[in-house]
Amino acid sequence: MATRATVRKTYKLYIGGAFPRSESGYSYVVNDAKGKFMANASLASRKDARDAVVAARKAFPGWAARTAYNRAQIVYRIAEVMEDRRPQFVDAVQQSEGRTAAQANKVVDDAIDRLVWYAGWADKITQVVGGANPVAGPFFNLSSPEPTGVVAVMAPQESSLLGLISVVAPAIVVGNTVVVTSSYERPLPAVTFAEVLATSDVPGGVVNILTGTAATTGPWLAGHMDVNAIDLTGVAGDAELATSLEQAAAENLKRVRRAPATEPDWSQDPGIDRMTGVLETKTVWHPIGS
Amino acid sequence: MTTNTTAPASASSAAGNFSDVTASESSLRRFLHGLPGVDQVGADARAASLGTRSIKTTAKEFAIDLAIRMVDLTTLEGQDTPGKVRALANKAMRPDPADPTCPQTAAVCVYPDMVGIAKETLGASGVNVAAVATAFPSGRAALDIKLADTRDAVEAGADEIDMVIDRGAFLSGRYLDVYEEIVAVKEACGPAHLKVIFETGELQTYDNVRRASWLAMMAGGHFIKTSTGKVQPAATLPVTMIMLEAVRDFRDATGQMVGVKPAGGIRTSKDAIKYLVTVNEVAGPDWLDPDWFRFGASSLLNELLMQRTKMQTGRYSGPDYFTLD
Repeated sequence: MATRATVRKTYKLYIGGAFPRSESGYSYVVNDAKGKFMANASLASRKDARDAVVAARKAFPGWAARTAYNRAQIVYRIAEVMEDRRPQFVDAVQQSEGRTAAQANKVVDDAIDRLVWYAGWADKITQVVGGANPVAGPFFNLSSPEPTGVVAVMAPQESSLLGLISVVAPAIVVGNTVVVTSSYERPLPAVTFAEVLATSDVPGGVVNILTGTAATTGPWLAGHMDVNAIDLTGVAGDAELATSLEQAAAENLKRVRRAPATEPDWSQDPGIDRMTGVLETKTVWHPIGS
Repeated sequence: MTTNTTAPASASSAAGNFSDVTASESSLRRFLHGLPGVDQVGADARAASLGTRSIKTTAKEFAIDLAIRMVDLTTLEGQDTPGKVRALANKAMRPDPADPTCPQTAAVCVYPDMVGIAKETLGASGVNVAAVATAFPSGRAALDIKLADTRDAVEAGADEIDMVIDRGAFLSGRYLDVYEEIVAVKEACGPAHLKVIFETGELQTYDNVRRASWLAMMAGGHFIKTSTGKVQPAATLPVTMIMLEAVRDFRDATGQMVGVKPAGGIRTSKDAIKYLVTVNEVAGPDWLDPDWFRFGASSLLNELLMQRTKMQTGRYSGPDYFTLD
């Protein structure tokens, strides 16, 4: 039998529902945890970040206008498709993060469960953080949460799948659109996740995935006037970069989720603050008739 | 590469006087059909190659400011109101209110009944008022109605008239009718400049674009313009390139310069810069001036302003920071 030629893949970015190459033409080598070649990934440039923001902005009105129930269905659908692709995710996590098969299986379980958990929140967060306010006057006074807009996310560097999903899912499930820069050294779970998104009813542009360094895309996303919030989780431990990104984000008063000193333990109960951090509160006054 | 398309000997020898050409239907047809044909594949390829130039830093700054100065800020909707036209006129005078160094646009382009309002707002700012006349956009009306439409617009204060040619007559080969109509409208324009719209999306072939260009230039149009913006495809780079070749050749033959205005479908700064590269390479730097090249556009201006802001602040800007129009 003839020996097969190895298929060496160069993965692409995920922007606006399509898989373009980096505008810069650069790619980089992705090694597994033992330093062995796995694949090439596109190295996102500032212009890719710009294009991703344009795609996210375009997708925002439609995504935000969907019913919470429908967003829940779609996020649940992502979990379903991930379940179908389980072996691929297990492999990617095992190789990228240097885990045993059992550990990798557990990570994929947690990631899928987290999506299902967040999907359930889509039509419940309003009741939890919104409500009727008692006011001294003949008015109904109602506060309800509204999505912030385009959210830039620096995904965790260590936890390449569970961490990624734990930062992306809360932003989209409440109606935001996302531009996420994946883990630099472990981008392959993010690439596979992009392939899942493309086949699971998520409208193009709702999630845009850039593979590359936070130091390259971060400053452009943080300074971008059309980005409404930025999550700096992925620059945990790099205080200097985190500070400069916070400063750049101040220009248009973005909501900033500050970088933690070390990456959190993603297997813990996430709580709802990742959702409330990318929500605004709209309050309406309505006269009560006599 | 496309060949230089100097006019047939009969035209060059006339040196600006085309009276023998336009004397009869048959001589006009002989002249227009005697123009060299356009190599469609070659034209598309050359336009595409001109679109690959990399224009960066100071050249890009220059190009963006020039493009802003060339914009005919346009609103041609049935739903136009006086308020909308006033807002647009104000935007033409101060495209970026946050930055006084931002140049103003060349003109605002409106329907004839809005000319008075636009003129009142613009005053002596130097921004011209262009009006689309002659039963825009279809051009399907009797000649006297078209002329009355034109005179109305000029009386209301229009500095420029954008007329549409009778495509039905052109496509059925009645070139003299088209020619005479342009001449009549030009006369009705009086002091106002005349732009002749071909609606290249309806002309079917590049050969027809070249013929229409010569026809309009011989009839005395100050500008030749691709499209109304109401028909797809509107302006494309190859069509604009062919028109630029025509104005270049017309100047070689007669010494007279004619302007070019692509309109419709130019939405990004990058597109605008591709057109400017084409102007420079095909017609020459003399045309890199708002007097000789214009963009008919509305959404393009905001894109240019966003790029301009990006170059000045080093940050990407967003549509939230510019007016909706």
